[in-house]
Amino acid sequence: MWASGLRKRYRRRQAVDDVTFTVARGEVVGLLGPNGAGKTTVIKMLLGLVRPDAGEIMLLGRHGTDPASRARIGYLPELFRYQPWLTADEVLRLHTRLAGAAVPAAEQRACLGLVGLADRAGDRVGGFSKGMQQRLGLAVALVARPELVVLDEPTSALDPIGRADVRDLLLSLRERQVAVLLNSHLIGEVERVCDRVVILDHGRVAASGTLAELLGQRELRLRLEGVTPEAEALLDGAARDGDAFVLPIRDPDDVPEIVAGLVKLGVRVHAVEPGRITLEERLLEVIRAGEDR
Amino acid sequence: MTIVLTIAGLTLREAVRRKVLRSLAVLTVLLLSLSAWGFSRIDAEFGGLTSGESKLIAAMVLNLVMFGLSLIAALGTAFLAGPTVSGEAESGIALAVLARPVRRTAVLLGKWLGLVVFGTGFVAVAGTAQLLIVKLTTGYWPPDPVAGLALLAGQAVALLTLGLLLSTVISPMASGIVAVGLFGATWIAGVVGGLGGALGNASVERIGTVSQVLLPTDGLWRGAMRSFQDPSLLSQFSEAFEGHPFLSAAPLTGTYLIWAVAWTALVLALAGLAFQRRDL
Repeated sequence: MWASGLRKRYRRRQAVDDVTFTVARGEVVGLLGPNGAGKTTVIKMLLGLVRPDAGEIMLLGRHGTDPASRARIGYLPELFRYQPWLTADEVLRLHTRLAGAAVPAAEQRACLGLVGLADRAGDRVGGFSKGMQQRLGLAVALVARPELVVLDEPTSALDPIGRADVRDLLLSLRERQVAVLLNSHLIGEVERVCDRVVILDHGRVAASGTLAELLGQRELRLRLEGVTPEAEALLDGAARDGDAFVLPIRDPDDVPEIVAGLVKLGVRVHAVEPGRITLEERLLEVIRAGEDR
Repeated sequence: MTIVLTIAGLTLREAVRRKVLRSLAVLTVLLLSLSAWGFSRIDAEFGGLTSGESKLIAAMVLNLVMFGLSLIAALGTAFLAGPTVSGEAESGIALAVLARPVRRTAVLLGKWLGLVVFGTGFVAVAGTAQLLIVKLTTGYWPPDPVAGLALLAGQAVALLTLGLLLSTVISPMASGIVAVGLFGATWIAGVVGGLGGALGNASVERIGTVSQVLLPTDGLWRGAMRSFQDPSLLSQFSEAFEGHPFLSAAPLTGTYLIWAVAWTALVLALAGLAFQRRDL
């Protein structure tokens, strides 16, 4: 999947502004960002549900404006609702027909089993709870043997067990070389399963890269006493967290030099804890940087 | 084509499963039983009428009951067509469907086809039942029942197509109400136009003509009425026909029929265009 220069304006608000990113085969890419950052609009543009004002989309080797480009794509919308007058297996049959895929009934049943709805196959969707409808939505996204799966908040209505199931599902998709685009507010989830992350803010790509690239920045937590103005100059860029200084560092090998420098300036060093920032911290940092601009 | 047929089947299944069919059947059976009772009374109470007079009454009451049927068909299909696009867009049902490798126009055409089959089927079954009831109770059989029923079905198709267009641009409830409101307004304009004709007032008559061009439901309805009337009645009781809401004096012209078909095609094309451009 390849999207380039996507733009969308709703009246006076620029919802999406020059968004470019790719998802490769067998790769799980997370789409992150605050509410209203344009994540769902980007997803809807990829799937032809929203017309972009500008930009180009290629899906599985075809131009995005060609409906056939969506033949091997599975999609779970953020707003998941399925025909309430149909049964769960009728919904799957409908979607395999719409996708033009010849999927045997047994395989469709297996797909329902995969999301834990095997015993509800003959029940009308109208009687399903929200969580069950979301599980059905996952089955719909997976039933037509997709090569790209787009999941918009796939665990919003699921219990912790359901979330763990989705995580396992995502990992198994990656093993089968299926590309996955995942929009989720659950950063822990994204951090655990995604190979790459695209952070959107105010409709723009604020940061993107592999987890190692994004979280590559490490930090050093120091508990110090007798910090002189000269020492503070050395700690330039550090944030105060209670009585500790948190200093971002590029290379762990810099730590001995920093400590030696502080000692030389007469600072008493009580504790030195190297650490790595979490995706959540990185996300907040990116969003705050955007607000400051 | 598979997509069109799949969606048409889905629309029909929705009508059946959502008890639309059942409610329509109950309403229709109620109307048919009432009319059966009424027609049997006409025969019993008006024993002294000439055969021409009883034919006129039978034709008039038949048209009245057929109007009831066409109203049920129109309301039913308009309220089915209303929520079909905007309702599914609002609820999110449309998202999963339209993200499939389908053209929106194919989906819309499928919905239209399903609704057409539903509306036409209803008119055919309920209308034939009504004609048989009249035949059994009064012995009256209209001159051209097939053309009459086809025009009634055409009226339902025109209205549901309008409902579909409205549902691509406004909210589900509003589209049903606007479609049915326009249907009623055109019928009243037709009646007013008829009265204008009877009174020899050309500008009042024009109201009916213009409204029948803007929305062909009333024009088609008048053509249907004409097919249910014995042609000898017009020469016998020409005064009764002047401005009568349930008797039709003028035949439907070929040009008007072509316009009705073109109008429906145009509205359907507009619906396709509006749906194609809509962000979900």
